[in-house]
Amino acid sequence: MTEDERIFEFDAEESIAGGEFDLEPAPLPPVEEPALIRAQTAYGEDKGSRRNSSVRVRSRIVNTIIHIVLAVLCTVWILPFVGILLESFRCESPGLAGYLIPKQWGFDNYVRLFTETQFPRWFLQTFLMGLVTAVVQTAFVLAVSYALSRHRFRGRRLLMNLMLIFGMFPGFLTLILLRTLMQDWGLADANAPFGLAIIYCASSGMGYYIAKGFFDTIPRSLDEAARVDGASRMQIFFKLILPLSKPIIIYTVLMAFMAPWGDFVMARFMANNNDAGYNVAAGLQWLISETKVDTNYTTFCAGGVVVALPITILFMCLQKYYVAGVTGGAVKG
Amino acid sequence: MDKEQLSAAEYLRLRRWERLVYRISKFFTSIPGRTKSFFLKLKNALGSFFRALWANLVEIWTTFREGSWQTRVSFLVMGFGSLAHGQIVRGLAFLLLESAFIFYMIFCGAYWLGKFGTLGTVETIQVRDPETGIMVTQYGDNSFKILLYGLITLFFIVAFLYTWRLNVKQNHIIDGILASGKKLKSNKDDLHSLVDDSFHKSLLSLPVFGIVMFTVLPIIFMILVAFTNYDATNDGRFNLFRWVGLENFGRLFSFGESGITVAFGEILAWTLIWAFFATFTNYFLGMFVAMMINKKGIKIKKVWRTLLVLTIAVPQFISLLYISNLFAENGIVNATLMSWKWIKEPIKFWGDGMLAKVMVIVINIWVGIPYLMLITTGILMNIPQDLYESARIDGANVFQQYCKITLPYMLFVTGPYLLNSFISNINNFNVIYLLTGGRPWEPAWMVNGTPAGKTSILITWLFGMTSDSGDYKTASVIGILIFAVCAILSLIVFTVMPSNRREDDYS
Repeated sequence: MTEDERIFEFDAEESIAGGEFDLEPAPLPPVEEPALIRAQTAYGEDKGSRRNSSVRVRSRIVNTIIHIVLAVLCTVWILPFVGILLESFRCESPGLAGYLIPKQWGFDNYVRLFTETQFPRWFLQTFLMGLVTAVVQTAFVLAVSYALSRHRFRGRRLLMNLMLIFGMFPGFLTLILLRTLMQDWGLADANAPFGLAIIYCASSGMGYYIAKGFFDTIPRSLDEAARVDGASRMQIFFKLILPLSKPIIIYTVLMAFMAPWGDFVMARFMANNNDAGYNVAAGLQWLISETKVDTNYTTFCAGGVVVALPITILFMCLQKYYVAGVTGGAVKG
Repeated sequence: MDKEQLSAAEYLRLRRWERLVYRISKFFTSIPGRTKSFFLKLKNALGSFFRALWANLVEIWTTFREGSWQTRVSFLVMGFGSLAHGQIVRGLAFLLLESAFIFYMIFCGAYWLGKFGTLGTVETIQVRDPETGIMVTQYGDNSFKILLYGLITLFFIVAFLYTWRLNVKQNHIIDGILASGKKLKSNKDDLHSLVDDSFHKSLLSLPVFGIVMFTVLPIIFMILVAFTNYDATNDGRFNLFRWVGLENFGRLFSFGESGITVAFGEILAWTLIWAFFATFTNYFLGMFVAMMINKKGIKIKKVWRTLLVLTIAVPQFISLLYISNLFAENGIVNATLMSWKWIKEPIKFWGDGMLAKVMVIVINIWVGIPYLMLITTGILMNIPQDLYESARIDGANVFQQYCKITLPYMLFVTGPYLLNSFISNINNFNVIYLLTGGRPWEPAWMVNGTPAGKTSILITWLFGMTSDSGDYKTASVIGILIFAVCAILSLIVFTVMPSNRREDDYS
């Protein structure tokens, strides 16, 4: 094989791969495979270098198109948020408007949100619910996951199957009973956040799948080695498994903390039309319920910005863990 | 179809569509066999259940007959055997549970259980106060509480029977250990095992208790409600409700005035169509976006991904409510189109059944693509690149590579995920509720004051029943049916799917 042929071959491989130059060069075929080499050289001789450059041009065109498509896609995805942001600064009219760019800019809507509505109260309630849920739910989920992943006890399969079966019932059904109970205990209506926090936390053990899947991937031999050294199961859990599970702990905390911010169904149902007991989601949705949308629309947008900003920043910081949790959970099913 | 089993060589000789036909016919011909084996399994399960029950009874009897006097006493006074042998911790735990149970049954349980069969007989009435002459409400029985506390009492009885059985078993073990001349576990051992061999008990007790009280109990309660006439009028407090047997289920299958067959059928059909489109449009388009970003030569991959993921962070009620208003009759989209003179009248995006359905599915794509992009990106990268390499050398074009390599691989890995997402789309409340709420309404589908519309899916219909019109009995029936649909789907998929990976394979 001549030097020229080698270079040519290398080139052909690359251009087929998509014309990217920062790739590692494809390994040259070993000389002991004459058949393969013959096939490849024949392929090159037939088409010549004209095809070679045409492939490169074509792939460049394809890449440009994809870049444009991606740019359009991302614009479409971001546009609603830009819209909310712009409308939250619109001062000339509080209702729906047929245009995006405000004619008169200002912070009136934010001022109105914090002084004329119960928004500060809703925000605080949601924040506290988020904190409580984050702590308790994480503890519950980790406990259940570890027990199901590491202990083999009688009734384990049964327990998992029962949780699966009860998880298939729509959760709304439980609300009817839970609201009546919470009303009896004085934890509904204006006190709904307390009742809600209890409800969020109490059943959270059922969401063990992702964390258990993660624990399952930590080799058992680690546990066994620790057992040989005389560690108890509890010590293994706290000193061995938990330090190894940082990504999944952060994922669980993040999910638990974010849940109360988006839950408008339970929150509205438990508060039973008493707007003092709402969280931000129920409150903001109530602000633009059908009769009020014409006077509160821009205020709603302002509220949306105030809620979305901190959550989005938090989410972006912990995005890595979210991705790990979501993909891990999906692959294991 | 009486096609005989083909050998592997014969199968390979078939053309592609013949293979497909063969596989499908295999699936259908295997149904009787599968059904038979299912019933066989059921029979075996029932058989082993009764055998276990019988073995338990026998063991209880032998424990009593052969046991020491302490053991016999503990049949009545739980934990006595343990206490008498110095296992104070266990003994006290049993004794406490028993006394708590007896106390509860005497002071509350008996009352609730006694009324459970009728759900209350004493009506709430208005009586004239003899002294002041004002009408006052004299409360009678409360059906709601009777149903609830009756159920809780039943739970307690089952739990008590289980504890009693444990207590007997405990004594059986003690007798065995003493007879063989070994030493019993000390209190310290008992407590230590709670952080060691029985650590799972400590871990699970509180979460499982929470699940039982806040999920299992309410769900069983609602299943029972499906057999009563509990609704906003018969609320149990001012008007008693009672058991009505299968009446509520009967209304599902009657075309008469009180029948809801048509509404139910239409909504169920749309629910399944919606779940199908929502799952697969998201899946394929999300995968497509992930492949575009993954492609070699695409710059700033991280930026594209981050921009898309950003939309997951924002709570749906903000983005979806905003989008819903974007397409309102006086929203930005209509106003813009009109100012460009493309249309004369505003388009009623949410007013026309078909258009609303399409809109909901399209906007759900907007919601779903970022998730799917995230999930599929990693898996796509895991596909061995040399597969593509050799496909290219064989002259396969991009589309062929996708159909022959990417798609089979993805379907294999994400099969369980697809099922999960189909089921969660059946219950995808947020998108439908925030965008249309079920509109445009269809007056003929009104059931006991609950409106339903062209875009209503079962779960939003159910929500309307519970929150707006208080039609709890119908809501329970719908809830049970949603469960049935999900359970049947999972069963089918799990029996048909070839890959049932076992969890222990990972460790």
